[in-house]
Amino acid sequence: MSILVLADLHEGQLAGATAHVVAAAKAIGGDIDVLVAGEGVQAAAEAAAKLDGVSKVRVADNAVYAHQLAEPMGALLVELADGYTHVLASASTTGKNVLPRLAALKDVSQLSDVLAVDSADTFKRPIYAGNAIATVKSDDALKVITVRTTGFDAVGDGGSATIEAVDTVVDNAQSSFVKQELAESDRPELGGAKVVISGGRGMGNGENFKLLDGIADKLGAAIGASRAAVDAGFVPNDMQVGQTGKIVAPELYIAVGISGAIQHLAGMKDSKVIVAINKDDEAPIFQVADYGLVGDLFEILPELESKL
Amino acid sequence: MKVLVAVKRVIDYNVKIRVKADHSDVDLTNVKMAMNPFCEIAVEEAVRLKEKGVATEVVAVTVGPKAAQEQLRTALALGADRAIHIETDERAESLAVAKLLAKVVDEEQPGMVILGKQAIDTDNNQTGQMLAALTNLPQGTFASEVTVDGDKVHVTREIDGGLQTVALTLPAIVTTDLRLNEPRYAKLPDIMKAKKKPMDVKTPADLGVEVASKVSLLKVESPAERKGGIKVASVDELIDKLKNEAKVL
Ligand SMILES: Cc1cc2nc3c(=O)[nH]c(=O)nc-3n(C[C@H](O)[C@H](O)[C@H](O)COP(=O)(O)OP(=O)(O)OC[C@H]3O[C@@H](n4cnc5c(N)ncnc54)[C@H](O)[C@@H]3O)c2cc1C
Ligand SMILES: Cc1cc2nc3c(=O)[nH]c(=O)nc-3n(C[C@H](O)[C@H](O)[C@H](O)COP(=O)(O)OP(=O)(O)OC[C@H]3O[C@@H](n4cnc5c(N)ncnc54)[C@H](O)[C@@H]3O)c2cc1C
Repeated sequence: MSILVLADLHEGQLAGATAHVVAAAKAIGGDIDVLVAGEGVQAAAEAAAKLDGVSKVRVADNAVYAHQLAEPMGALLVELADGYTHVLASASTTGKNVLPRLAALKDVSQLSDVLAVDSADTFKRPIYAGNAIATVKSDDALKVITVRTTGFDAVGDGGSATIEAVDTVVDNAQSSFVKQELAESDRPELGGAKVVISGGRGMGNGENFKLLDGIADKLGAAIGASRAAVDAGFVPNDMQVGQTGKIVAPELYIAVGISGAIQHLAGMKDSKVIVAINKDDEAPIFQVADYGLVGDLFEILPELESKL
Repeated sequence: MKVLVAVKRVIDYNVKIRVKADHSDVDLTNVKMAMNPFCEIAVEEAVRLKEKGVATEVVAVTVGPKAAQEQLRTALALGADRAIHIETDERAESLAVAKLLAKVVDEEQPGMVILGKQAIDTDNNQTGQMLAALTNLPQGTFASEVTVDGDKVHVTREIDGGLQTVALTLPAIVTTDLRLNEPRYAKLPDIMKAKKKPMDVKTPADLGVEVASKVSLLKVESPAERKGGIKVASVDELIDKLKNEAKVL
């Protein structure tokens, strides 16, 4: 078996997700190459070369791959996929954007959001917002897979893979990058944080989200939100946790003023310990919470912050 | 320009699903079905493009069993002008759906195709991207804003770190995210009118597409059930439990 992993980048640097995808590749078994594509990505390539289990890092460093737009990335992957049995990427917005193009052009199906590897051709993936887990077998010659990173523990940093330049350059006259507004934050990434504290509609407004800041600082936590809080404009979209937002599985998840709709639970119910703070003692969130505290968040949050 | 919208019949998003006792699949007998929420947003966006005078015609298409015509009628009631039903009782997965839609794109030559970013049953998030690749068209996925500007469309995309805007040449494929718009409700007179709007029925064979896939579903299970825990009476008790019982602080 020989596996190509598409590296995830965050502002040109290697994103944490890649180490989880390499772990999924190790679970499949075989030779593992990592493709780092973008513009000015040598540092990311060097970081990828250190990941445990990687034999070769292939680097496509060219302006056409800047921002990893779907059209040139798909075309590049089609050029490089020959000889591989599996192509993997994380189920990030980049992986989801790019990989189906490869699958379609190779006339194979894609398995999305794989969270466990049974064998080289059989995988588990969530369907219906994680309310059922399907075991699927692919008889396609090339398996194209996006990986749910919370399903695989990241590999360590012990490797020393060779780095090889890829000089394939594709044309792209169809799409161009206009602008990007990335949220700036000193806090850990939602996907990688050990503690996540999320606010819902119960927070009332964006200003009140500050009540979560002090607690997040003390716990080294990332801050998340329900869709209702995002839709109401309290906080930006990249903070949404759930079926259609980020999937998180931290050691500790604290849900504040969140009712616990199935679409929200889909994004956090694999957390190790769940705490719910809600004034409605019948809120469905309590059915999944290890520790529930019924009460007014405006009283509880300041007290919690001062006592931590 | 003509806008093609793909809509999918799925389980209603409020329904709590059950896995069949023999683990062969999810039990869909007698459950309420509806239009995939992301597809409602796609229809709404297409209808708004028409209301703004950017689109001239909105064509809704679905791949699915006879009953999926209900969702096409919903799309017509929301403002689509005509519908195409590609009828099949087979399990048509994303690649097959994308191939069928590619044939429709060939025939209809739309200026834009709008799809949902994912269907809430299989949660694949693939069909639009596959369609874009098969038709060799650019894609703007997970859209929260779509602005047509001459022969280009600007699509603002919801990406992991925030928002990204791309400019695409038309024709282009767009997939919708939740915040693109708020779909309207169909009014009774529109529902009545929708019954008279044209609906074309074809089969995958008519379009020369093989629906069978090389992926087989071996088993469907319920996820490990989380047991509810306890209620604590105070912040002090909560901190104590997190420190000494759960050991996460
Ligand atoms: C296709 C689709 C996809 C979706 N995807 C997602 C997703 O990815 N993520 C997501 O989160 N949702 C998603 N949703 C939305 C989901 O169905 C719910 O509407 C949403 O999660 C509700 O958010 P909430 O819990 O913050 O708000 P509500 O349900 O309104 O709950 C607010 C809670 O706050 C409590 N509260 C209010 N005031 C206080 C106070 N002072 N002190 C303590 N508690 C208080 C209330 O008791 C209540 O339980 C999706 C929906 C659809 C249809
Ligand atoms: C494990 C598994 C089990 C399945 N079991 C069944 C089953 O029992 N019965 C069954 O009928 N199907 C079944 N299917 C097929 C499945 O329901 C979907 O039609 C198929 O997987 C397409 O993926 P998706 O809808 O998740 O695509 P996504 O890529 O998530 O869909 C995105 C968008 O593509 C468009 N789209 C997708 N499908 C259609 C369509 N059919 N018509 C028009 N537009 C569409 C919509 O705009 C949608 O919002 C199964 C698929 C899998 C993988």
